Amino acid sequence: MTQERILLAHGSGGLMSQRLIDEVFKQAWRNEIMEAMLDGAILQVPAGRLAMSTDSFVITPLFFPGGDIGKLSICGTVNDLLACGATPLYLSTAFIIEEGLPLADLRVIAASMAQTAREVGVKLVTGDTKVVEKGSADGVFINTTGIGIIPADIDYRPQRIQPQDQVIVTGCVGDHGLAILARREGLAFSTPVVSDCAALIQLREIISQYGNAIRCMRDPTRGGLATVLNEIAVQAGVGIHVKEADIPVAPAVQGACDLLGMDPLYMANEGKMVIFVAAALAQSLLNDLRRLPQTQAASIIGQISAETPGMVLIETELGAQRILGILEGEHVPRIC
Amino acid sequence: MDNDVKEYKQHLLRAIQLFSGSVSLMEVCGTHTMAIAKSGIRGLLPPNIKLLSGPGCPVCVTSQGDIDAVIVMVQHKDIILITFGDMMRVPGTHSSLQEERSRGADIRIAYSPLDALRVARDNPDKEVVFLGIGFETTTPTIAITIEQARREGLNNFSVFSLHKVVPPALELIFSDSEIKVDGLLCPGHVSAVIGVKTFGSLARKYHKPCVVTGFETLDILEGIYMLLQQLKKEEARVENQYSRVVKPEGNPIACQSMERVFQPVPARWRGLGMIPASGLQLREEFSDMDARKRFDIPEIEEIPIKGCACGEVLAGKITPLECVLFGQACTPLNPVGPCMVSHEGSCAAYYRYIPTKGRS
Amino acid sequence: MCLGVPARVVEKTTNYSARVDVNGNHTEINIQLTPDVEPGQFVLVHAGFAMEIIDESIALETMHYLEEMLQYGQ
Repeated sequence: MTQERILLAHGSGGLMSQRLIDEVFKQAWRNEIMEAMLDGAILQVPAGRLAMSTDSFVITPLFFPGGDIGKLSICGTVNDLLACGATPLYLSTAFIIEEGLPLADLRVIAASMAQTAREVGVKLVTGDTKVVEKGSADGVFINTTGIGIIPADIDYRPQRIQPQDQVIVTGCVGDHGLAILARREGLAFSTPVVSDCAALIQLREIISQYGNAIRCMRDPTRGGLATVLNEIAVQAGVGIHVKEADIPVAPAVQGACDLLGMDPLYMANEGKMVIFVAAALAQSLLNDLRRLPQTQAASIIGQISAETPGMVLIETELGAQRILGILEGEHVPRIC
Repeated sequence: MDNDVKEYKQHLLRAIQLFSGSVSLMEVCGTHTMAIAKSGIRGLLPPNIKLLSGPGCPVCVTSQGDIDAVIVMVQHKDIILITFGDMMRVPGTHSSLQEERSRGADIRIAYSPLDALRVARDNPDKEVVFLGIGFETTTPTIAITIEQARREGLNNFSVFSLHKVVPPALELIFSDSEIKVDGLLCPGHVSAVIGVKTFGSLARKYHKPCVVTGFETLDILEGIYMLLQQLKKEEARVENQYSRVVKPEGNPIACQSMERVFQPVPARWRGLGMIPASGLQLREEFSDMDARKRFDIPEIEEIPIKGCACGEVLAGKITPLECVLFGQACTPLNPVGPCMVSHEGSCAAYYRYIPTKGRS
Repeated sequence: MCLGVPARVVEKTTNYSARVDVNGNHTEINIQLTPDVEPGQFVLVHAGFAMEIIDESIALETMHYLEEMLQYGQ
């Protein structure tokens, strides 16, 4: 295509739309299902329970240290499927593109999605593109919807969480949120922190060995670790008691948060999982996690309590307990 | 080494827990309020030691009328308002800066007053106003910024000053017979600027121990311990726990910058009323950069909010838990008064961190 | 309203400003309130300014009352 930028005509369904799909998306994602070019994808799936998850990605900036919106769109939905206990199989992708987006950017995003999908072992099988007037989107918005198969012996639900169960987080928290915030305009601030954007597919092997000793998993994205713990505490009707000293935070992330007046426990993560596991197998699971590159900083951060149902308490360095609340409103950087 | 420090903190805690007198200690720094709440110290203190929060949060002590005046300014004048993040959600009588921004007002959050200079340089055709708020820690930074603007000849820059100084409020608290305060944890960073002399005078005049204290858990434990030791020995002087940052003479350069740019004026404090020489207004030679004068913003009559007890909380007369609205009509998501909305407000600290929500 | 962060001065970029480091994060701050600061020293950063030079001979976690505490300890 000779044009360098996306035009409204690329979304109108005609010749230019066809060329956009052929030359950007089909080029990047070659698989036989997509080649069939039907209105939808015809998929052969094994019998059993199907997990389905959808997520929309509206991040700004589109490209950031550690990833881009394309990689994020694959990792996000894959992680949600993994959290359901599923083996991710197929993804659909929908694009809402802002008029004027450089075509080169779209090619990079498509290639990034293809590479991530390949690494994870999922297929991108169907999609849609629309173009909206300049100003109606931030470059591009992406939705991915994924399906996966849940093995018969896996049942991950907050309701299965019981007192004495242990809470594990698979690595350091706050990296992604900080990496993005630091790159917003107006901040004369340079940080070595990069997004932890990753699909935790390595987890599949380990967790299949633990069956129902694992009660539930969830990925702590927007709102951070604290928000996810509060959601689970309410859904499961249990208290969650964690220790501040056991929550892994990278020194660079802590330093940046101190400077900006933010709290790492409320910053987004895009490559972490919170796992609720039976006490008897917690240490064993931790050891297995620590052997994997993606989860080597995993840590047991607390346990489930029958007291204080619906509430998350955190033990401070002095041994006092205080509430770790849910994020209320916008997480505004503060100076004072 | 880490374990030694951990043990040391436990020793301090135990020594504090062994104190037998019945005392009330006050801190007057929003950052202390937050640090104390986050560390959980309050819950570990014995019932005979009360830890009160005083008027140390500059956002919280800003009067309703002043907040309304700022909102009137953004509603009626074509300006870019630059402010610290904490002011965005503070409720005025009818609106807040956050609401005004959603209605189209150009309001931006800054980390530093210098950010406002940058905006002024980038927008020479627009009036840029910096909302100056803070005590002696922050005020010098605005003073330097104002002088910088003058040097550069930035004619479109002005400051709406809500700045205040702490010592007059302390005098009021110490001389109020309704407020029982036996000792003072002095604000560490205010002291880094003004030095320790003022607190020494206060200690002698009112016969109350004063300890200049830092903000780490260890600092606060030592500060409390030092106050209790003085009380035990019936001493009343100033001590400097935070000596790694606070020099006895403070920072003379910072003090001089405040002197050059600002003059003391009477100011209304939420909860404490009008206090002479407690507010800071731009001096005559800088009056062209005084946003109140430049935009002719009137003083606004205060209409107290029914049931809101922020004033009493700020004066240390009641704890947040004793406010009728606490945790019910007034929560961080739906705040009635600034003590709940400010990140360093007493009520926010109690609500966010103490495991007994609602009234005790 | 006294949120201050200790930061190490990396280099003075002008007479009025310096680049500081906090655990690998870098930012520019104004040093007009601490004009004599030298690279390598630690300063307290507040609102984009260095407010005070931190005395490193007094470490962050100096246990001022260790002796007394050891008496209590038993």
